[in-house]
Formats: sequence, C-alpha cells, structure tokens
Amino acid sequence: MLQIKNLHASVEGKDILKGINLNVKAGEVHAIMGPNGSGKSTLASVISGKEEFEVTKGELSFEGEDISEMDPEERAHKGVFLSFQYPVEIPGVSVTNFIKTAINETRKAKGLGDMPAGEMLKLIKEKADLLEIDRKFLSRSLNQGFSGGEKKRNEIFQMAMLNPKLAILDETDSGLDIDALKIVANGVNMLKSNDNAVVLITHYQRLLDYIVPDFVHVLMDGKIVKSGTKELAYELEEKGYDWIKEELV
Amino acid sequence: MSLKDKLLSSYIAIEDHLEADSPIHDLKNKAIKNFEAKGFPTKKEEAWKYTSLNSILKTDYSLFPKQDHTIEIKDVRKFFLHDIDTFKIVFIDGVYSSFLSETTHDQLDVCLMSSALNKAKYEPVIEAYFNKVAKEDSLTSLNTAFAKEGAYINIPKNKEVDKPIEIINFSTGNEAAVMLQPRNLIVVGENAHVQIIERHQSLSENPVLTNSVTEIFAEKRAFVDYYKVQNDKSSASLIDNTYVSQERESNCNVHTFSFGGNLTRNNLNFYQKGERCDSTLKGITILEGKQHVDHNTLVHHIEPNCESHQDYKGLFDDASTGVFNGKIIVEKEAQKTNAFQQNNNILIQDKATINAKPQLEIFADDVKCSHGCTIGQFDEDALFYLRSRGIAKKEARALLMYAFANTVLESVKIPELKARINKLIAKKIGVSLGFDV
Repeated sequence: MLQIKNLHASVEGKDILKGINLNVKAGEVHAIMGPNGSGKSTLASVISGKEEFEVTKGELSFEGEDISEMDPEERAHKGVFLSFQYPVEIPGVSVTNFIKTAINETRKAKGLGDMPAGEMLKLIKEKADLLEIDRKFLSRSLNQGFSGGEKKRNEIFQMAMLNPKLAILDETDSGLDIDALKIVANGVNMLKSNDNAVVLITHYQRLLDYIVPDFVHVLMDGKIVKSGTKELAYELEEKGYDWIKEELV
Repeated sequence: MSLKDKLLSSYIAIEDHLEADSPIHDLKNKAIKNFEAKGFPTKKEEAWKYTSLNSILKTDYSLFPKQDHTIEIKDVRKFFLHDIDTFKIVFIDGVYSSFLSETTHDQLDVCLMSSALNKAKYEPVIEAYFNKVAKEDSLTSLNTAFAKEGAYINIPKNKEVDKPIEIINFSTGNEAAVMLQPRNLIVVGENAHVQIIERHQSLSENPVLTNSVTEIFAEKRAFVDYYKVQNDKSSASLIDNTYVSQERESNCNVHTFSFGGNLTRNNLNFYQKGERCDSTLKGITILEGKQHVDHNTLVHHIEPNCESHQDYKGLFDDASTGVFNGKIIVEKEAQKTNAFQQNNNILIQDKATINAKPQLEIFADDVKCSHGCTIGQFDEDALFYLRSRGIAKKEARALLMYAFANTVLESVKIPELKARINKLIAKKIGVSLGFDV
C-alpha cells in the first residue's frame, strides 16, 4: 500500500529525512518510535504532502502511484489520512460542518454528488457513538478550546468518518488519560480491517498495549535504524534509545 | 464649477423652503458656513491621511434628482429582508417612497425626517435631539445644511419593537450622477429595544455619492442593535457619519458589513454619557478590485464603569485598500473602563493594502484597555490541516476566510440577516460550501 524507498526530505534547506525505507501492506499496523527530533512527525507530514517539506531524493508511492508531487487534498482523496499531533484550532467552523465539507469535497473529487443529509447524520451518529463523543461536542468550533484529549478524539472521529486506507496517527496518545486512550484505541481497532493500514507514530510503548503493531521501527536522525516486532517496543520502553545508538556505532 | 461651489450656490434652493426665523434655518445657515470654511477634507488632515476624496469629487452630481415612480417591488425585493416582517423606510433618489415603505405611528414613530422637521408635534424631540450629537466637521455640516429627508425613529420608554426596522436608500441612475444626503434621527427611550438595518443601494451603474448622517440616542437602559449592510455597486461611494449618544446602562451595537461600493468611509462615533454603558462596534470588510473602505471609529468614555468592544475583520484581495483608524478616549473621570479593540486583516494578494492605526488616549488610571492589530497572510498550518482532510486549496481558503470573519457574525441577532450576510460572504469569496457557519 505505502512504499517508501530511500526517502530524503528537507525543510528550508535542512535535511530531516535521510533515506527512509518503509513498506506498509494492507491489513498491517506499523509503529514508528524514536527520540525527539528524529524526524517522526516530518515523515508523517511528508507522506501527507505538507508543502514546506521538500522531497529531495527517493520514492514515495501509495498503491503503486507516485504521490510525492501530489497536493495534500489529492492524497486525502486517495485515502491517506493524518491524525495531527497538534490539531489546528479553527474558530467559527463547527466539527459537524467541517467533516461534512471534508466528506463532500472528497466525494466531489471522485465525481460523486453530496452525501444525502440523512445518510450523513446517521454516519455521524454511528461514529460519534463509537468514540463516545457527546452530540454537543459536534456543534462546537473545530478544536477551539478543546482539551488535549478532546482534540485527539476528534481526530479519530474524523478518521472514522473519512474511512481512509492509510491512517497515520502522529502522537495520538499524547495528552490522553488512560480512559480516553482506551476509547481512542478501541475506535482505531474497530476501524481496522484487512483492507486498510495504520502507521502509529509514538514516543511510548503505552499505546501499543491497546493497538498492537505487527512491526515496530526505530527512527533516529532521519533513518530507520532498527525494525522488529512488538517486543522491540518493550525493549525500548525498558532500556531507552541509547543502546541502539551504541549498537550502531 | 467644483462640487463645493456647486453645493454652495445650490444652497439657496434649500433655503427657499425654510421658514425665515426657524431654529432649523439658523442651524442650516451655520452649517453651510462651516462647510464653506472647511471644504471637503483632504489627505493633509490626519483623519483623512489614507483616504482621498479627489476621485469622487470630480463628478458633476445632480443635487436634487427628480422623483421616480417606475420602481416596482419585484425590482428591489431582494434588497429587503423579505422573509420576515419588518418596518421599512424607503427612499428613492432621496425621496420618500410610500409605496415601498411600511411605517407606523402606533405606539412608536417609524416615519420621515421631513415630517419630523416640519410638524409642530415633533418640535420638542427635534429641539432636544436634532444635531445634538453630530460633530461640526465639514461633511456633517454639509449634510445638516442640505438634508431634507431620512428616517425618523422614536421609540418610547419601555417599548420593545417586535420587528426590525429597515432603512433603505435606493438610487435609480435616472440622472447621470447623483449626490444624496440622507439624515436619520433615532431616539430610543428608556428601557426600549430596537433593531435597525441600514442599506444604500444603487440600481444602475451611474455614479452615486452619498453623504449620510445618522444620530442615535440611547436613553437609560435602552438597547440598540444597528446593522449597516454596505454591498453597493462599484459605482457608488458612501460617506457614513454615525453618532451614537448613550445614557446610563444603555447597550448599543453597530455592525458594519462592507463588501461592495467604490469608496466607503465610515465615521462611527460613540459617546458614553452615563455609567455602565456598553458599546460594541464590529465590522467585516471583504474587498476586491480597487475598492476602498475606511473605518474611522471613536469611542469616547466619559463616565466610569463602562465597556466598549471593537472587533473589525478585513479581507483584502486584488489592489483593494483598507483603513482602520480606531480611537479610544478615556476621560479622567471614566475609572474602571474596559475598552477593547481588535483589528485583524488578511491580505489575499500582495497588491492589497491595509493601513491600521489604533489610537488610545487614556487619562484615567484604573482602566483596562487593550488593542490588537494584525496583518497577515493565511495560516499555512491551518490550510494544510484542511487540505489533508480532502478540502481543496480554494475551498480551504474560503473556509478559513469564513472562520476568520465569524467572530463578527456570531453576534448578529437577526437570524435572517445573518443568513443573508453569510450568503453575501460566500458570493464575495466566490465559493459555495454548502454549509452555514
């Protein structure tokens, strides 16, 4: 589904990603771990198409198609979703109106008409229930005044509504208490199928107790330096990242 | 002949209709002399530094257009809030149209300035209020000298007016160019409530210059909600001089929506003359082409424990220009004043210009005053967030523009008007997003 080969990316002339190799197949869950500043969030942004990052070398393809030059909205239409580490506050646009617009814009790109209002309402209700989101929450301005947990839950709600093929969850566990974490993880697990894939970007192993990865990769200084199974995550939790650095030397 | 000379020599025609010894006659004589002495403002004056009237003063305007009877309701229906019941005071080329209006004298007066100025029964009100809060600047004086017609609204004590009042000034374009000088007087009695919508609308592409003066008096605990819809043709220019005088515990809100027109200058002045007054001045300006809008606000805090809130949002495309000049004066006696001013602008194109100048003159020591002014481009992170959800760049920008303007829109208390403004914004931005903000 997602193929990344020797990917290099820079921002303002500074190299951040220095040769990433990653292959994500449908039905898989990958976790990307690593210390601060290793390039995890940059990788998420580059896959989603943030314009300030420039791909300088390598391949980035989604379902066999080169997406490295595509607009972010085109990638979204193809089924790439990014759950933001810091979702942007947009006062004046309600959660409901935002998601309606996002769904209908995606349908428009596929040559479909707007989703009928009744169907939309049903879908919203179903997904809000899945994530235990209060109806009142949906009429609030997007992310404005939301707690950290509410923001993340709202991201996963959007993911549930848009039903992407590839979901990249950037530090979705940060700012969540254990109950919220369980709700969010449960939501992600319910949405998981053999046709889609999840890339979890996280600092801590905690989230991986609830969303169990098939593969764990360690990102350091813009490169994936070690890959393994979920046991690698436990090892990182226990020993930190220094031993990998030492191993590399 | 310059416009000034034409106006001065035409004043005789106005004077002919006045009673020789009436107070109004004296007032008008004084006013025309003041205009003669001061002339039209120029960029040399600090308050007009960024707005030049030169281009609009060159036109040869007709000052006394003929009455028009050809307008039909279907031609102008869309300019009214036709989905709800309203009082209407309608003028066509400055002349009252009884046909399009819906006035009343039942418990409250929603009628004409000309009757108020000429009928004996209104004399006490005219004497107490007419020209009492208006400044003696040249444009206001010019209006005072020439004004014959406008809206006269008098709401008695404790009266809550149950439907909005629309004041609409149409210009037909029957003349090659026309200058209009409407004069409105609005007196809102103690504890009375009223909602008013004002609009100037040209029906042709012929140039129009409107120099309007509105005086609003809010008595003790009165509540006034005033909306100005400025969405005129690009051949129409407007100088709006509005003066709001507030007594104790009154609450006055003025929203100005500036989307259309050629040159628009809003002189909006608030005077808080009693304790615990609340004043709100908000505006959304969305311009394109070579449009120019200048918001010149004044909030004068004279008494203690009052509040004022200003929130002006501007979106400037193409080579349009905006000015925000917001002055707050807090007198020495006006302790515990809370005065807030926000002015945020987005320049969509590099050629667009905004000149923003907050002015705070504070003589009291126990006050909270803040002002914030920003001029920026779009927030790239917000844009990326929306695009990553599948919303195309153009729509994402439009959505952000909506969001940006929304803090002003949310305090509009007439839902039908809010819906209308929403549509105007969508049209102005050039997208249809299929949702309400």
